[in-house]
Amino acid sequence: MKRLLKRRELTLVLVIAVLVAAISLRHPAFLRASNLYDILDDTAILFMVAIGQMMVIVTGGIDLSVSSGIALVGMSVGMLNQYYPGIPIALIVLISMAMGFVLGASNGLLISQAGIPPIIATLGTLSIYRGFVFVLSRGEWVSAHEMSAAFRELPRAAPLGITNLLLCAVLVTVLAALFLTLTRTGREIYGVGGNRVAARYVGISLKRIDFLVFTVSGVIVGLSGLLWVARYASAQNETAAGFHLPTIAACVIGGVSILGGTGTVPGVILGALFLGIVINALPVINLSPFYQMAIQGFVILAAIVVNTLVDQRNQRLMLRKRVL
Amino acid sequence: MYPGGEVSDSILECRKIRKDFPGITALDEVDFKVRTGEVHALIGENGAGKSTLVKIVTGILQPSSGTIAHRGQVVEFRTPLASQAAGIAAIHQEASMFPELSVTENIYMGHHLAGGRARLLDWRAMRARTRSLLQRLELDIDPDTTVRDLSVAERHMVEIVKALSLDAQIVIMDEPTSALSLREVRDLYKIIRQLRAEGRAVVFISHKFEDIYEIADHFTVLRDGRYVGEGPVSGTAIDEIIQMMVGRSLKQMFPKTQAAIGETVLEADMLSRPGVFRDVSFQLRRGEIMGVFGLVGSGRSEVMQALFGIEALGSGGGTIRIKGREVRVSSPARAKAHGIAYIPEDRQLQGAIVGMSIRDNVTLPMVDRLSTIGVLNRRREEAVTEEYGRRMEVKAAGWEQPVASLSGGNQQKVVLAKWLATRPEILIMDEPTKGIDVATKAKVHEFISRLAGEGLAILLVSSELPEILGMADTVLVMHEGRVAARLERAEATAERLIRAALGENS
Repeated sequence: MKRLLKRRELTLVLVIAVLVAAISLRHPAFLRASNLYDILDDTAILFMVAIGQMMVIVTGGIDLSVSSGIALVGMSVGMLNQYYPGIPIALIVLISMAMGFVLGASNGLLISQAGIPPIIATLGTLSIYRGFVFVLSRGEWVSAHEMSAAFRELPRAAPLGITNLLLCAVLVTVLAALFLTLTRTGREIYGVGGNRVAARYVGISLKRIDFLVFTVSGVIVGLSGLLWVARYASAQNETAAGFHLPTIAACVIGGVSILGGTGTVPGVILGALFLGIVINALPVINLSPFYQMAIQGFVILAAIVVNTLVDQRNQRLMLRKRVL
Repeated sequence: MYPGGEVSDSILECRKIRKDFPGITALDEVDFKVRTGEVHALIGENGAGKSTLVKIVTGILQPSSGTIAHRGQVVEFRTPLASQAAGIAAIHQEASMFPELSVTENIYMGHHLAGGRARLLDWRAMRARTRSLLQRLELDIDPDTTVRDLSVAERHMVEIVKALSLDAQIVIMDEPTSALSLREVRDLYKIIRQLRAEGRAVVFISHKFEDIYEIADHFTVLRDGRYVGEGPVSGTAIDEIIQMMVGRSLKQMFPKTQAAIGETVLEADMLSRPGVFRDVSFQLRRGEIMGVFGLVGSGRSEVMQALFGIEALGSGGGTIRIKGREVRVSSPARAKAHGIAYIPEDRQLQGAIVGMSIRDNVTLPMVDRLSTIGVLNRRREEAVTEEYGRRMEVKAAGWEQPVASLSGGNQQKVVLAKWLATRPEILIMDEPTKGIDVATKAKVHEFISRLAGEGLAILLVSSELPEILGMADTVLVMHEGRVAARLERAEATAERLIRAALGENS
């Protein structure tokens, strides 16, 4: 499987290379460094949230509430900045993560303590969190001129050579990769997703892991909410609507099994990058962004079909091995 | 020292363990004592309480009352971890591995090695230790292989390695041989002897007397959640142990009655599949039980699957005639239409849909017959389930109970009921009594006899010699994809069967 995953990541690199080559053949400007950098910057939030999503999916769960979580935290910190522009930006960063923690922990409690299946629990909070956005904003927006300059500059500034936004994505990626390969808890996430019964038998607390992954996803969502609203310089009621789909798609394309137990950070990053390139390429090749949803859905289905075919082949091999 | 003050040579002693579940008492004051350096067989029918006892000893369940003493100290295993820390490791019956992860990771899940101030995992050390443990057991397995790519036997070995990695002093194996081939069982025996030589205790749960007599020093028998007795294995006759288990004797295990054998219903003529089996021919008559014997890998299951159309024969693959008429069995649906029923070997994998109710399982292959213009007739469904469930004596709270919640023996009964409900003329059974307890086994045997008496033609595939010798009218022995011998009941002896199965021409 490790070799297979490696192959999956290699395949993705090739697919992405071919995709970029094909687009730049017709539009050489696409290949310009500044454009590629913009794509990375545009995809940064997807990278982060998809990684949180991946940890949840590896345990066998799913987090549908990420899109509403982004909107709720985004609207909250946007309004906070609007009414109290004096609050230092560092504090706002902490507040956004703390809010995300609360949202994620709520999901985590519903699932680990109340025993509600993740798809149901987060379908509920998807709706609840979005509802709170409207309640909070009373249907109003926070627009660019109502935000402080420091607030708007946060994701754009590049004190370390890359934008803070991209820096956050890099940090989340690196930390997640280390966490998932080099810590006990990280490996236990794979154990829980691979076989819950066996995980319990070796003394892993399922409740703790379930709670943890949703909370981690929540903290990432909180930070992303702030970055999203600041980057687009507006907090709207529809912010990030439907954004849970590309995060799940990035995982599936990146080789994360929707049944849990497998998945790697590099795979998810490549999956998200693939989606980011496709979405960015649409206007370049003169395709209306209205196609975006349909294309995204198509890509998700294609990836799932490929995964299923690979799984079936493995299962047939296993059956044959059993018989012989 | 525990109350009473006597010195004990036991490493683990369960005293008066009781476990109540809502509605039933799974264990009723059970005593169980394991000494160092012994292989201890824990024997009992399905439902006797063996697995519950194992779960209590490994900290997965808590006893309602009673005490556990570990090296003379009364202990409480509140979590699996506590039991593990006391040096107890169990290889559970149900798959307790992580199929997507590597051998190394399966061994270290739950107790990964970590070092340094950051407590980061030390993969190099884990891989190296895994390699040396594998070498110690002379296993040729790469630590980086994904467990899903291992055979069933290799998975068992990895579980044993895991127990060793914890330096377990007590290794509990729950039916480790039920899915292994003869050679793999030999390898397992070797490892068990090695563990014993190192002074560890091995608790061995098995339904197979061959296992018990080959490997165990001591036995404890449970029945209906109660302790029945214990003793040294050598010097105790099989019949004695069976009496303790079920309160009846060996002769009743194979209640074979002579059925009237009629005309030929199934004729296989030169069946072949390249690389799997070749030139397999036989004739099966009404009322006949034909035993099909052979080692795992001899191609016997594959021939049966071809007869049932699971993997249809290619052109030039020989001919199948049913009642003299040549038929092409291209799919299980065609086979069913020709009156063939197939009860596969692995009931979890191929036989029962464990998530569905007993009723839905039983009626699944015949929904078309139970439907009126495409709508399922619930009353007829109930009636059929009632009839066949009763006949097979399925023990369940109701026909709505999910099959997953039944014991292994009862799951097998549901699978039997399901196929009998289709009223077949030819019945193929692949290892029908594998992993089920003696009493259920006897019941299944009795039932097979009765079916033959009713005129069914039966192909009985089995790796268990007593079953073949006890049940079959004729025996077909396969070796490396070919028919090695065809014997009548009178001439079939254990020695001839084994010789033929090993390819030695007598």
